[in-house]
Amino acid sequence: MNTTLYYKSKNIALNVLIHLLLISVAVTCLYPLLWMVSSSLKTSETIFQDISLIPKQFHFSNYYFAVIKGDFGRYFLNSLFYTFSVVVGIIVISSLAAYAFSRFSFPGKNIMFYMFMAAMMIPIPGSFVALYVLLNKLHLRNTPIGYILCMVNVGLSTSIFLLKTFFDKMPKELEDAARIDGCSKFGIWWHVALPLSRPVLAVVVVFNALNVWNEYILALIIFDNKKYMPLQVALQTFQGEFVTNYPLLMAGLTVTALPIIVLYLLMQKYIIKGVTQGALVG
Amino acid sequence: MNLKSTLENYSFVLPAVIIFSIFYIIPFIWVFQLGLFDWDGILPTKAFVGLNNFKEIIFQDKSWWQAMTNAGWVTLIALTFQNALAFLLALACDREIKMKNFYRVIFFIPPVLSEIVVGMAWRFIINDVDGANIINRMLVNIGLPQLVHSWLNDPKTALTTVALVHSWKGFGWGFLILLAGLQTIPRELYEAARVDGASAWNSFKSITIPLMIPVITLVAILTILGTMQAFVLIIGLVGGEFAGHTSMPVLRILASMRYSSRFGYACAQGITFGVVLVVISFIQYRISQKAKQA
Amino acid sequence: MRFYPKNFKLFLTILSVGFFIFSFAGCSSQNSCQLKPSVNVWHWMTDRQPAFEELAKRYEQDFGVKVNFELYAPSDAYSQKVRAAAQGTNLPDIFGILGEKRDFGSFIKAGHILDLTAYMDAEQGKWRNSLFEKALAVNEFPEGNIYGVKSGVYGVPIDIMTIQMVYNKDLFRQLGLDPQNPPQTFEEFLSIGKKIKGSNLQGLVSGWGEVWMIDCFANNYAFNIMGKDKVLATIKGDSPYTDPDWIRVLGLFKQMQGGGILANGLVTMVNKTAEQLFANGKAVFAFNGSWCVNVYKGMNPKLDYGVMMPPKASDKFPMAIWGGAGSSFIVNARSKNKEEAVKFLQWLTEKDQQTYLSQTTNNLPANKECLVQIPQILSEFAKNMEFATHPNIWGVSEFPAVIETLDKGIQSIIIGEKTPEQVASEVQKIKDRELAKNKKK
Repeated sequence: MNTTLYYKSKNIALNVLIHLLLISVAVTCLYPLLWMVSSSLKTSETIFQDISLIPKQFHFSNYYFAVIKGDFGRYFLNSLFYTFSVVVGIIVISSLAAYAFSRFSFPGKNIMFYMFMAAMMIPIPGSFVALYVLLNKLHLRNTPIGYILCMVNVGLSTSIFLLKTFFDKMPKELEDAARIDGCSKFGIWWHVALPLSRPVLAVVVVFNALNVWNEYILALIIFDNKKYMPLQVALQTFQGEFVTNYPLLMAGLTVTALPIIVLYLLMQKYIIKGVTQGALVG
Repeated sequence: MNLKSTLENYSFVLPAVIIFSIFYIIPFIWVFQLGLFDWDGILPTKAFVGLNNFKEIIFQDKSWWQAMTNAGWVTLIALTFQNALAFLLALACDREIKMKNFYRVIFFIPPVLSEIVVGMAWRFIINDVDGANIINRMLVNIGLPQLVHSWLNDPKTALTTVALVHSWKGFGWGFLILLAGLQTIPRELYEAARVDGASAWNSFKSITIPLMIPVITLVAILTILGTMQAFVLIIGLVGGEFAGHTSMPVLRILASMRYSSRFGYACAQGITFGVVLVVISFIQYRISQKAKQA
Repeated sequence: MRFYPKNFKLFLTILSVGFFIFSFAGCSSQNSCQLKPSVNVWHWMTDRQPAFEELAKRYEQDFGVKVNFELYAPSDAYSQKVRAAAQGTNLPDIFGILGEKRDFGSFIKAGHILDLTAYMDAEQGKWRNSLFEKALAVNEFPEGNIYGVKSGVYGVPIDIMTIQMVYNKDLFRQLGLDPQNPPQTFEEFLSIGKKIKGSNLQGLVSGWGEVWMIDCFANNYAFNIMGKDKVLATIKGDSPYTDPDWIRVLGLFKQMQGGGILANGLVTMVNKTAEQLFANGKAVFAFNGSWCVNVYKGMNPKLDYGVMMPPKASDKFPMAIWGGAGSSFIVNARSKNKEEAVKFLQWLTEKDQQTYLSQTTNNLPANKECLVQIPQILSEFAKNMEFATHPNIWGVSEFPAVIETLDKGIQSIIIGEKTPEQVASEVQKIKDRELAKNKKK
């Protein structure tokens, strides 16, 4: 990894300044998370009276309640399933489309691309009702497939945009080499374009995973059956109409945030491995 | 072009186009034509009012334009403060420094947290009435008591405070994408420049910036789109529209749908909003095209 | 350098297909399971779900009908779900409508709601007479109503509530006030502000970041200062908002702000924040509804507080408070289990069930015959029910744009940006505009 060093700064003052900046930003990032965790360990009464970061008593029972009473297990699996399906679906569909927009030419290409771009910018208010009616007509309401397809659509435009920007920048030599070797278009996409775009794909994965994981209103409207509900919907029951059980809510939110953090930890390696490895071979 | 090749090309975009047509275009058309009606969202009958909704939004709806101005202000802060911070941090982490991985993970925690949590946590931190008033206490501790202020409760500062919190939540994304972009710049270019005797600033100006323009544009466009549509954070931080000072377009649309039961009007607002966003993004795209050519 | 090993992709495909098959199979078996009669209820009341489930169990034991209570929270999301389901005519057997009378009327006109008048009046009005009139009135459309709905009763209240002021007795003692004698007049109330200014306590807290709570407070004083008839006349458009009486109402807010009796940042508070401040003993007064009893109990069971009417600003007319039905249920007119649904609602509003609900969820029962041991504080909320009114029973509705301008204007007065006269003329301008639009129709 030594080749990634591009200049050493002999200026110690600059280094110190940089580290100061990094640390102070890191602290502001950590504090709310710590607040969330520490609140989850307090009780409903003490959470407002005790404002310190370290609770006087640790009530891990909140996590027990959140997971067991809230039936988190099943909702957790549902969320995992939806997130996984949507992310896989988006990666395949959007990378195919982005690659085509970047490398091929066919009639209507620009119009289609601008349509996707426009969709990114024009949010549809009340789209929930529209989607509900649509899914109803397709008999896909109250089914996982319906929800997954809707969520795939939600992330399509931005993912295509991200990937096309990247594919445009990608050097063509490898693809040309593969084509000369007799690779089909799909083969080039699968063997050359996708691996090279790992950093951007990682961003797409994290972006869409986050969207699906944190989504709740569409799920609440589309599903009538509790067994299909994702995690976020279950969390809302802790945020009661009149009685807010803050510590339980915080415990639930902490549990909810963990998988995404784990996913990010896994993905961020790919972002850093970079394109340089392997691309300059040959 | 032979037929087989063209068909193959189409097959690449087919799944995306199919899903898009069904799940975006159809609802879009439904919502679009609803903007021409006066409907409360429940009755089976609607009244056709043509462009009246749009006329009302453009000429009479003061609260709408206040919301747009507020959104513009928050977006401006995001584009400058948030993205500058993201870029600085990306540059810092691009080098070989200790704890690089640690920082990368930490900086991405804000985007991961849900907006509700962020709103609640920051209200707790900033608010002097029902929170811990930490910001003001810190200011006193570092010797700046004259800066102590009721940040969230003063109508003059509330919006900017909200904008800063939003930036806090959002910079992680810009950081991530900019870092990915920086990582794809071949190191050899910098080595070559160093060998030629170029200073760090020169390298930055002539290598980094030009190669990063598309990525910077991407981040700018995504920032604008994300910030203009913020609203959950506002409810958590200031309870709502604060007599209009923290109105945002999405809040206005929701108000039309729920409190006024004017679904058609809400759709018209949504269309207007979308048009503004498209225009802004288009202008930005053109600017970046010109910059690339320069 | 593979992205995924080929086997992995195959494995993923099989896994995904497996999941899909599983989920399709699951959903089809669900539909064929509906042989026993059952009643589906959608509601938003998180804290009552356990109580509801217990009651559903008892009902099934006694009558053999299964009742499913499905909770969808928060209430905003619940509203959207109901509206979406209405579009697809997939409403459950029993549900609730959160919103104004106008929306209620629209649902009825769209054919979603069962007319319950016949059931109410059966057996010489047995069901109707068991419930508090004011609670029922919220669900009733009188003859010749402006919404164009056939007159009748369309919903059933399952509890009642009032919105009044509460005060912290401990803090009263601390400030040298008599906890048994809360302020009766507005002047007394304002004078307490001076004592609060010096201390590090907050005065009145309420969720005035949410506009409807401001509306409630303003409206109470409007009734007090100019009387119900003039207020309704203003709504009808026969009297302007620029009338001196209205300016006096708006001026009250200015007086409160100047007197220091309002909490700082009142305009940025949602009701939950206000509840938290009051429960922690940081605020002396709160403006809240009787549901707060359960909330305060959860946050601080030792809180020593009392209920009071908003202190009157005028002796000409009685002080009014908002009250009536707390939560109400309606029956889906298109439901296949209409009769069972109605029977269940009748059972739910009977004495025993109402007592159970009241005891477990600390809400006031809708059933008049409830001889129940309700906590002292709840009975104080119930005491002033005779002064209660509610926008849904006036027979007229103000334009939402006008309400919004009025409430936002009051917020502006509280933060010192506008004067009462300015707000009054702004509101009247919007009112004129809306009236003109209406005439065109």
